[in-house]
Amino acid sequence: MLTKTPRPLRNGSNGRNGKNGHGKNANKSPRVAELPKIDNQTDTRDILAHAAKEARQSDYFIVDVDAHVTETAFWPEVIDRMESDVYRQMARAFKGRGPAPGLLNSTPGMLQQDVFGRIPHQQRLGEAVPGGRTHAQVTLVRRAMDSMGIDYMVVFPTPMLVLGMHPQVETEVVVGHAFNKWLTEEILPQDPRIKAMLYLPFNHPEESLNAVETYADNPSVIGFSVTSTRFRAVNHDSYMPLYAAIQSTGKPLAFHSGFHWGDQSMQQCNRFISMHAISFVYYNIIHMTNWIINGLPERFPKLKLIWIESGLAWVPFLMQRLDSEYMMRSSEAPLLKRRPSEYMAEMFYSSQPLERSNLDLTEATFKAIHADTQLLFASDWPHWDFDLPSSITSLPFLNEQAKRNILGLNAARLFNLEVPKHKMIGARAKKAPAVREPVTA
Amino acid sequence: MNEVAIAKLNDIPDGDYRVFALEELEVGIFRTGSKVLAYENLCPHAGGPVCQGKIFNKVEEVITPDQKSAGLRFGKARHIVCPWHGYEFDLATGCHPGDPALRLTPVKVAVREGQIYISVAE
Repeated sequence: MLTKTPRPLRNGSNGRNGKNGHGKNANKSPRVAELPKIDNQTDTRDILAHAAKEARQSDYFIVDVDAHVTETAFWPEVIDRMESDVYRQMARAFKGRGPAPGLLNSTPGMLQQDVFGRIPHQQRLGEAVPGGRTHAQVTLVRRAMDSMGIDYMVVFPTPMLVLGMHPQVETEVVVGHAFNKWLTEEILPQDPRIKAMLYLPFNHPEESLNAVETYADNPSVIGFSVTSTRFRAVNHDSYMPLYAAIQSTGKPLAFHSGFHWGDQSMQQCNRFISMHAISFVYYNIIHMTNWIINGLPERFPKLKLIWIESGLAWVPFLMQRLDSEYMMRSSEAPLLKRRPSEYMAEMFYSSQPLERSNLDLTEATFKAIHADTQLLFASDWPHWDFDLPSSITSLPFLNEQAKRNILGLNAARLFNLEVPKHKMIGARAKKAPAVREPVTA
Repeated sequence: MNEVAIAKLNDIPDGDYRVFALEELEVGIFRTGSKVLAYENLCPHAGGPVCQGKIFNKVEEVITPDQKSAGLRFGKARHIVCPWHGYEFDLATGCHPGDPALRLTPVKVAVREGQIYISVAE
């Protein structure tokens, strides 16, 4: 992990102060360079220099299924793409009135994610980016990908993760459509390694369907996503045309979780840590429960689901909980033909934030979710609780093929991504079986 | 071990720190008065550049005799915070406040005649 050759600093200095020399026992002259203190102006490549060294030593094919753009840093470009001239005017009217871009549903705690200045890369994009034809957001994504050795990065928005709690449904529609246009017009065309699961304005089922129909054939759009932070029952009949349409594309539907301190349940938590730890799991637990108990896996058997940014520990908990209650109350879930855990074991899960303070529990979780075929690596970069590929490669209970599957080959199979020839090692891993052994309740 | 002159003591203001790379070793040098501590720039959590982070005093919660919270305050202990994920380590001990077994790797350091020396493997 230590840097072999001191790096020149990106501020132009070579870092050598000319004052360093030998001690009394020195017999050779090590090269010395000074490293910068990291703040929100630091280049991503300097922040991730340790990760880059690790990446240079591996040949893993890596797909990061959950990273983030900071759409608010380019908010005028998003606003310009709002279809309604009234909403464009409303959004522009907020210009110069503080950090929260107009029309977004700012939530308490959004600015506490950096632990009050302790984690600078969460704060803002302050690093220097060259001008020119390459979009600044593309440059930032490339820097992160190259530093971590990532072959494909799937990007999601950041503040818009809580847009589902906006009281004005039409605002979610206008902002969601504008963001999708910005992403597909400005960002995705500039690098085929950058992919997206587009934003569905889920509080409006018909407009969500419109988004699927608009982008279904875009090769850089490899799926569609619902931001989980919202009060909507995913089993409502109004969503059935949407699920049918997504299923017909063959592309997956992702539920990307988040937090909202304005949620009355979360208002019982007096610290960000408490609210954040619970809420990311809470919303996906509710959506998964409604999805399973209402038999949606039976109604849309070919619709592939991904559960994003809730970690993994909640999955075996919910598998056991639902199995146990289903066996006593199967009359309330008449569409199910198998135990809930069996449906859940056929879904896909992203790895971050990977719980690993107790590796025995982590290993049991991996077995429960069939991680070797169903788990997808995610970094969540540039957010404060991001994971590196080493979160997978360092797990002692995984064999080499399982690591390769989780880091990238499972995602390549799910999204039909091309694996570069020089990274084809283990790429012919067999597909997940259609029917699995039941997980013990 | 080789002893390498890494910086002048006066090059690091009291309470400040600097981080150097020497071949394979990255080291943070922390000065408090005439005392100097050195740790490897490698977070034991995920390998982050811990010494390139910021220093914050330890946050403490004040509890009244009847066990009520009287709010938060900064204590005297100084923590270096890893910029990757926020792991904090007491500069005096190198230990994480919630798990002393998780600690920074110290580097042998000495100050003679205003010059800071660190010991590095040959």
